[in-house]
Amino acid sequence: MNPASPAGVRARARIGARSDRYGRTVLPVLEGEAPLALRRTRATGRAAQVTLVGAMSGPLGGDRLTVEADVGAGASLGVGSAAATIALPGQDGAPAAYDVRLTVAAGAELRWLPEQLISVQGSELRVTTVADVEAGGRLVLREEQVLGRADEDPGLLRSRLTVRVGGRPLLDQELTCGPGAPGGWDGPAVLGGHRALGQLILIDPGFTEKPPTPTMLTPHASLTPLPGPGALITALSPNALHLRHTLDEALHHLP
Amino acid sequence: MHLDHTHDESAAVSADAHRADGTRRALRIGLGGPVGSGKTATVAALCRLLRDELSLAVVTNDIYTREDAEFLLREAVLPPERITAVETGACPHTAIRDDISANLEAVEDLEDEVGPLDLVLVESGGDNLTATFSRGLVDAQIFVIDVAGGDDIPRKGGPGVTTADLLVVNKTDLAPYVGSDLARMAADAKAQRAELPVVFQSLRSDEHVSAVAEWVREQLAAWAGAPAK
Amino acid sequence: MSRAALLVLADGRFPAGGHAHSGGAEAAVKAGRITGARSLEEFCRGRLHTTGAVSAALAGAAALGVDPVALDEAADARTPSVALRTAARKLGRQLLRAARVAWPSPELDALAARFPKGAHQPVVLGTAARAAGLGAEDAAHCAAYENVSGPATAVVRLLSLDPFEATAVLARLAPDMDKVARKAAEAARRARDEGPETLPAASAPLLEVGAEGHAGWDVRLFAS
Repeated sequence: MNPASPAGVRARARIGARSDRYGRTVLPVLEGEAPLALRRTRATGRAAQVTLVGAMSGPLGGDRLTVEADVGAGASLGVGSAAATIALPGQDGAPAAYDVRLTVAAGAELRWLPEQLISVQGSELRVTTVADVEAGGRLVLREEQVLGRADEDPGLLRSRLTVRVGGRPLLDQELTCGPGAPGGWDGPAVLGGHRALGQLILIDPGFTEKPPTPTMLTPHASLTPLPGPGALITALSPNALHLRHTLDEALHHLP
Repeated sequence: MHLDHTHDESAAVSADAHRADGTRRALRIGLGGPVGSGKTATVAALCRLLRDELSLAVVTNDIYTREDAEFLLREAVLPPERITAVETGACPHTAIRDDISANLEAVEDLEDEVGPLDLVLVESGGDNLTATFSRGLVDAQIFVIDVAGGDDIPRKGGPGVTTADLLVVNKTDLAPYVGSDLARMAADAKAQRAELPVVFQSLRSDEHVSAVAEWVREQLAAWAGAPAK
Repeated sequence: MSRAALLVLADGRFPAGGHAHSGGAEAAVKAGRITGARSLEEFCRGRLHTTGAVSAALAGAAALGVDPVALDEAADARTPSVALRTAARKLGRQLLRAARVAWPSPELDALAARFPKGAHQPVVLGTAARAAGLGAEDAAHCAAYENVSGPATAVVRLLSLDPFEATAVLARLAPDMDKVARKAAEAARRARDEGPETLPAASAPLLEVGAEGHAGWDVRLFAS
């Protein structure tokens, strides 16, 4: 992990969701530190919904932000964000770090659907997302990376995503792109000039019995069964709007 | 025929006459030859003729499609689970001679999944006159040519024509139309192959494959009668 | 270590099924992303630094004797495309067959018994390297080299590319291969000390998506 610069901000936001005795999801933990703030928003049925606000002006180089969500047995939580997260250069050129830690208990559900992450020219950000799902838990997780604002070169972005189910690794992927990334990152094997990349992961106990069928969604987007109770949609797009459209369509393919 | 392989602990040895559980494996016969000479038609006819007396399966090696396997499936010569297609990466001769690993896997999987089998036919993708099967993959091989490919092929020789355990000259009914001299082909083949057998056939119906089928039965009898160590 | 054993293992003629796979090059050629030597080089460079780096580290760790079952699980998690997982196990099984004859060893026998339908190819490669008396960096070099030599050979067949040009691409990539192998050997040692989850996980989205598309084609020259 990159040690954050002493000049940067360290902030943590935590969400704890539990099922109460009526089966409704309550949020005994809901706390953020500036610039990360959490708002409980409208919810449907027994689920709770939280919106992450304030991250849109950062992280700046040197910052170290951490967001944690822990969903207890039987609880159902949706998390979104109010706007895109924008990786910006810091004053001293130090890298920023953004850590996401998700835990989902058996019989619980987490829908983690934040807005895009935009890597701005000159920025350097390491995003680390680790999701631990107990056997019998359900997770929907979306990640979208946009390389540069309109007509802008991207910064250096390293993004690692690890999903474990029942303690076993189900998905472990890292993408490094932008200036300073290893050679060929924008070439015909990796991104091929695409400026928006998205992943949608679905962990569902139902997949143990009936794994999803591999499907091509567009020439640059596929749905594949993971080596366990999960599916992954990977999509490459020319821009963020097109990407979101592809992933939204893909969601309809899934249970 | 190579029947004298010793059986030891290294069950990975490809030409071993036994399966992992120690039982005797099926006889493997390869069919090679140029494109369009009638390999698939010969396999189909053999399957129809032998399927009631033997437990058999087929491995095809297509060059860039699964067409041969699909032809056999469409013709319903065997149940689909008894036909496997191996992909060869534009190099059919590599898959039957230099790197036989994918074909061995296919043969063994068939034995595991639909066995016990008496016979596995391994059909090569259409290739040139030098393509022969490795002895690590098959116990005997048939090389299939046809009269329309030119009546000078037996004279030209090459590993397939010269060394195959059986040479089949197909489409004899076309000889008058393409100006091929069957007598000359037979004489040239004899000169190249000495005592190794040659069959001339025209597959207008399945009975016409009976000479080849008889040869296959002889191979099977020899395989079954060989001492199993 | 025996340098000659490394040459035997890395030889493109080692009979382990590689000739039937293009490493994603067939899909990239069809999509127009590889059209000649220059784009082949960019393809190979990107592949080398992503799946190549992961394969090299897995092979290096297996060569050090890290538990192959844990490594196979790590390889599964790093290969989200089911088409690529299938190809990797197929190739692993074929390599294991060849390696058991070339370098008989109880570890290779145990691997075959544990994974009758094949373990991930880099895990087998590292175990084979170990049986051949080779070290982590040797295994990583071998993995890095075949990660790019496979697509280069395939593109010679797919595009009728001048074979001298294809070989020159590989020669130009040699310094990158050395670098990847060195880093992979470091990662392998770390995996031995701290566990396989520390292994690199670099991914190549176009290879993943392309492989899924390719697996559905009716007409193709290569198995993957």
